[in-house]
Amino acid sequence: MPFYVSPEQLMKDRADFARKGIARGRSVVAVQYADGVLFASENPSQALHKVSEIYDRIAFAAVGRYNEFENLRIAGVRLADMRGYAYDRRDVTGRGLANAYAQTLGTIFSSGGEKPYEVEIFVAEIGDHAADDQIYRLTYQGQVTDEHQYAVMGGADEVVAAYLEEHYSDNSSLSDAVHVAVAALGKGAAENGTPAVDRVIPASDLEVAVLDRTRTQPRKFLRLGPARLERLLNDREPAPPAPPPATPSPSPAQEIDPADVPSEPDDTPPIAPHEGRP
Amino acid sequence: MTPGTSSFADFLASQSPDLLPTRRAVPQGHAGDLAPHGTTIVAATFPGGVVMAGDRRATMGNIIAQRDIEKVFPADEYSCVGIAGTAGLAVELVRLFQTELEHYEKIEGMTLSMDGKANRLAGLIRANLAMAMQGLAIVPLFAGFDLAAGQGRIFSYDVTGGRYEETAFHSVGSGSLFARGALKKLYREDLSETDCVTALVQSLYDAADDDSATGGPDLTRRIFPVVQVVTAEGGRRVSDSDVAQVADAVIAGRMNRPDGPAAALT
Repeated sequence: MPFYVSPEQLMKDRADFARKGIARGRSVVAVQYADGVLFASENPSQALHKVSEIYDRIAFAAVGRYNEFENLRIAGVRLADMRGYAYDRRDVTGRGLANAYAQTLGTIFSSGGEKPYEVEIFVAEIGDHAADDQIYRLTYQGQVTDEHQYAVMGGADEVVAAYLEEHYSDNSSLSDAVHVAVAALGKGAAENGTPAVDRVIPASDLEVAVLDRTRTQPRKFLRLGPARLERLLNDREPAPPAPPPATPSPSPAQEIDPADVPSEPDDTPPIAPHEGRP
Repeated sequence: MTPGTSSFADFLASQSPDLLPTRRAVPQGHAGDLAPHGTTIVAATFPGGVVMAGDRRATMGNIIAQRDIEKVFPADEYSCVGIAGTAGLAVELVRLFQTELEHYEKIEGMTLSMDGKANRLAGLIRANLAMAMQGLAIVPLFAGFDLAAGQGRIFSYDVTGGRYEETAFHSVGSGSLFARGALKKLYREDLSETDCVTALVQSLYDAADDDSATGGPDLTRRIFPVVQVVTAEGGRRVSDSDVAQVADAVIAGRMNRPDGPAAALT
């Protein structure tokens, strides 16, 4: 005879399950700056991206289970390309995409058969002016919120958000935005009486990409490769010789060892071909 | 939500096939006179890249359907495609091809190889064979810079999707015979980018000279060929003012010698 589980309890259990999965991964931040939106995350892999291009002015960032958000990313690319092909490129909007994601995630969350997706997503779209830029946050249960200035999701999001709240400034330059975002990602949390230890994340372990409205191409998405990041961040202070920070438990996204993947050349088009380049 | 193909055309075929330009049932009979036709496209390589140019005329029988149609398009960052044949279908096919390349790039995280792109276009053309047999043929010319080989490359196609790599230069469309004849005499392997553009504009002039369906430079309306240049730095459309300058020089030369520059006899 089946036990009775109240719907409240059922939903709470599913939400707890999804939240736990998301909290295991490392954070992704999105920061608005003068020329668009910047995404940063700690991700040693150069091949398995957390931040990707969806369309001309739309980008996608995610934390959680890689296979699940990769599914969502591909669905988003398909939706955007199909809409742009059937109508026009201008008719592909971040809002439409965020709604589609919300419906998909909401349906999966409340359907009894499937396990909820352990993911959280940003969909960002840039307009012609900074005031038109949008960042949408989508949670595992299909909730959409409109974020302004900056947004954080994943692992230690409270610590990172607290740092951003203190240090974020409007209309900052790219360099300032990268500094703030990367410093925020390196913020450590005080745990069980041990003091907080801040880390200086090496440029090669960062995944940073921007939607930059000053690009002349219609496709505004650009990855900042390790070389460019190194140049932008070379004035950082070295890590304090403190005891080695507790390494965060690896997220599912980092299960695959990416050590042998070639690094991307600097200042490349959204996704640049590797052939014929040094 | 299922892992599937990286090809946009295949995705469309399974999801909404009616959006594909080549999936339309056309009743029996010849439909070739129903819609405008695009005419001459020329392309030539130079050390460091490739140039493609197309005239601006679309015809419907003896009528000039449009004087400023654009028939040369960027396909992606490093390639471009020009189209001759049924203009409506061809322009739609180019849009599909552009989306196809970008879609693959976004899904896979890398661009297709130059040969991969050329083969993909062949596949799209092949799907149009039934309509080609009813007079609605699409004949593209594809050119781009191969980053792996470090050189410009040109591919031509037939209506069955046959793909042929061309060396040095090639032309398609109704005026292609005259354009190719002109390029034979004008083309040299060591042309600079600007000279290559000039040679192509000359060849289009010759095509317009002898083929009624190819439009020559329109001096009163200032309509000049569309020219795309693709190099290792990527592709770009040569600005209208630069093309106008080249075209004006070509026309000035033809004022003295209407048949164009004379090649040496030996």
